[in-house]
Amino acid sequence: MSQKKHSSTRMVPVPTNSIVPERDINEIPVLETRHLGIEFGGLKAVDDFNLTIGKTEIAGLIGPNGAGKTTVFNLITKVYEPTSGATLINGRDLHGLGIAQASKLGIARTFQNIRLFDNMTVEENVRIGLHNNIKYDMFSGILRLPRYWIQENRQHEKALELLHIFGMEGLADERAGSLPYGVQRRLEIVRALATNPKLLLLDEPAAGMNPHETEELMENIAKIRDQFQIAILLIEHDMNLVMGVCEGICVLNFGRIIAKGTASEIQQNPVVIEAYLGKKKEGQA
Amino acid sequence: MIFLDNLINGLSLGSIYAIIALGYTMVYGIAKMLNFAHGDIIMVGAYIAFCGLQYWGLPPIVAILAAMVVCTILGITIEGLAYRPLRQAASLAVLITAIGMSYLLQNTALMIWGANPKSFPRTFINSSILHIGGLSISSATIYTILANVVIMIALTLFTAKTKMGKAMRCVSEDRGAAELMGINVNRTISVTFAIGSALAAIAGVLLCSSYPILQPTTGSMPGIKAFTAAVFGGIGSIPGAMLGGVLLGVIEIFGKAYISTELGDAIVFAVLIVVLLVKPTGLLGKPVREKV
Amino acid sequence: MKMTKAKRNKLIYNIVTFALVIGAFLILQSMIANKTITRSLKGQLVPICCWIVMAVSLNLVIGISGELSLGHAGFMSVGAYTGAVVSGLLINVYDIQDATLRLVIAIIAGGLLAGLVGAIIGIPVLRLQGDYLAIVTLAFGEIIRNLVNVLYIGTGDGRLYMSFLNKKLPEGIVMLVDGAKGAVKIKPISTFTAGFILVLITLAVVLNLVNSRAGRAIKACRDNRIAAESMGVNVTKYKMMAFVTAAVLAGMAGALYGLNSSTVVPTQFTFNQSINVLVFVVLGGLGNVLGSVISATLLTVLPEVLRAFADYRMLVYAVVLILVMIFTNNPTIRSFVNRLIAPFKKQNKSGGDAQ
Repeated sequence: MSQKKHSSTRMVPVPTNSIVPERDINEIPVLETRHLGIEFGGLKAVDDFNLTIGKTEIAGLIGPNGAGKTTVFNLITKVYEPTSGATLINGRDLHGLGIAQASKLGIARTFQNIRLFDNMTVEENVRIGLHNNIKYDMFSGILRLPRYWIQENRQHEKALELLHIFGMEGLADERAGSLPYGVQRRLEIVRALATNPKLLLLDEPAAGMNPHETEELMENIAKIRDQFQIAILLIEHDMNLVMGVCEGICVLNFGRIIAKGTASEIQQNPVVIEAYLGKKKEGQA
Repeated sequence: MIFLDNLINGLSLGSIYAIIALGYTMVYGIAKMLNFAHGDIIMVGAYIAFCGLQYWGLPPIVAILAAMVVCTILGITIEGLAYRPLRQAASLAVLITAIGMSYLLQNTALMIWGANPKSFPRTFINSSILHIGGLSISSATIYTILANVVIMIALTLFTAKTKMGKAMRCVSEDRGAAELMGINVNRTISVTFAIGSALAAIAGVLLCSSYPILQPTTGSMPGIKAFTAAVFGGIGSIPGAMLGGVLLGVIEIFGKAYISTELGDAIVFAVLIVVLLVKPTGLLGKPVREKV
Repeated sequence: MKMTKAKRNKLIYNIVTFALVIGAFLILQSMIANKTITRSLKGQLVPICCWIVMAVSLNLVIGISGELSLGHAGFMSVGAYTGAVVSGLLINVYDIQDATLRLVIAIIAGGLLAGLVGAIIGIPVLRLQGDYLAIVTLAFGEIIRNLVNVLYIGTGDGRLYMSFLNKKLPEGIVMLVDGAKGAVKIKPISTFTAGFILVLITLAVVLNLVNSRAGRAIKACRDNRIAAESMGVNVTKYKMMAFVTAAVLAGMAGALYGLNSSTVVPTQFTFNQSINVLVFVVLGGLGNVLGSVISATLLTVLPEVLRAFADYRMLVYAVVLILVMIFTNNPTIRSFVNRLIAPFKKQNKSGGDAQ
């Protein structure tokens, strides 16, 4: 992938008050969406969604229930084909690609309603994440050629290394479906990281966690960014987490972006307050 | 003339498919399962009617009613015993159970009535032949097409106007929400099976009036083809079942007449495959989206 | 590398499976040598091997890949016909008298052609899901049966004649496939040893596949399609891999089966036969390869041994299918059964199934 090709896709002017942090300013953004939108039977679930995320940025996507946050994730990961606009990952247009192809370009995600491979072990779940990183073909596997043993070993070691991030090596042989909820959420993050992504999408990672676990998760999110040098976009309702860890925040309401900015800017934005708390009635001030 | 003959035969066969397909489509729409045993309920219905006419000396109408009653009870029993415990299970498990049920019915019929084909007696349905112009049309054809139209209108009215019909539509749309609204989901599904099975009994009698050979496997092929018809028309849609059934019957008869008699079934199944690939939701079906 | 508990269980499972099959083969061989084997059992040996291969390969599709295929007998018929034609061709045209060589070539050809048919069918079929996929595999099984019903193949003057729909073949040639009469005048060349080797190959292929990168991808697609895709797994590719591998194995089993008798008729490979194999798989346990081997063996031998069972076979199968499904899938019954066997399970936690 040549640099030239990237720059050519940036010819289109981007009408965005991008929230790329200083340190990423000279890099091609990891994620760039342009006028992204989708309609379900005439209803615009997401409309004119423009967002740019830098190479190592942690960004938050917030908004009231039903604002279209998960739909944005589904558009970026190509679960849904957008009806308008484009998504660029490292300058590459995702148009016409499938979910698996998008993943190969460096997008990984977790799911709001956890989607682990329940009947497989924790290690096997992570190994599925490594599917495109540590490879060997079907015949090496069936005939047990040397390549099979070498790569299986590499997968095993890499899987344990990744599980170590959340201190989960000890659970490697457990059935994923039998784990407690919070552990399953963490396993989903590990599995996503195993795909060696450039952009990690976390859909409500703190849902169902207690304040202590959430605190730990916040530290881990920052740690993951530093260690893997990746960008993270997260959907979350826990405002402590969002305000504490996100450098840029994008607020969505009724499928449209209503505000973008840093944590303090968002907290003071009257439009955001209105979206969350409703309009103040006159004379009640 | 041959063309018209074939067309009428096709419409008649298609009407039988349509009536069977209704049972499939209603059950699929509401219980979200492929009731593989539906075809064999047709066979049971035909055997009951056969016994009524041949051994018990019942008048045709009473024999048909008896078949409908037995099939209704059978349908409700099957649903309650075999399918209800699997309401939450994966579709694979439900389908295998339904296949097991189909085999159970076939082999029970084999035990009771034996493997030898029985010849279905003549009734008012297939006793006369009408001559219109150069065409000779069996009365069975007329009755079949008529029955199809009447059933279709009755069912459309039933689902649109009655309380139970509305409950059915609710359950098919969103089972959880229907339950919260106070609809008894289990009862609604039972009623659906009851209606589907009663229609299967009628289809069985009509099928054997036109093709009077009755054996334990009589229902399986028409059953599978009727499912094809239901998919063709768009599963879950009542007018779709009618359209799909009639079209499939016509395609089958024309295929047999103009391409090859031996490849009749292959042609029907080829239609199914093409439909599923080109328009998986069928002619009148609505698309569904998996929630992520 | 330290061996984990899960790894050890898998290894034990594989060793038990192979030991059981090899042990059974050795015992039967010595029985044949001592002539202590009954005639009826001896006649069943090759079919048992065929049904084991059929059951294990179907388990790959249903248990491991999670798609219900109802047309597995169709692949078997492709293999049986191909085997019969290839064997006839080798003896009539190429004059190869070595039966073992003919058998090997015929089995490979049967497997390849069935695999090709599997690939052609798989492309449209695997785009579908659930009940639709099941019904379309059924449709394809019936289409295959319909097509071989009107297929005519013969050899003469050192070449192959083939005709479709109606018999337009020259007079005086040797018919190999004769429409509804099926494949005729086959010289039976299948042996128990060949069957045993085929079973071993099948077990090695399926077990090694399951415990490899590709096998994990196949299982991931079964457990959660969207999640697997999001991890970069090409779902169609891996569904196809399982489907085609199963078709190849079924084709090989079919060739062995066809060359075990003097005729093969299309009615041997009906939908009922697919259901038969499905019963083996369900009774042995979805995803459990060893279970498939055992249930295929027992359910093939049982009707021969127990006449009474043979009469009620299909009735019993039907009841078994329903009961197994209800017992393994109803949450209430399942938790009840789990409670019953819980104390027993704690002491003996090794073993487990192939996954």
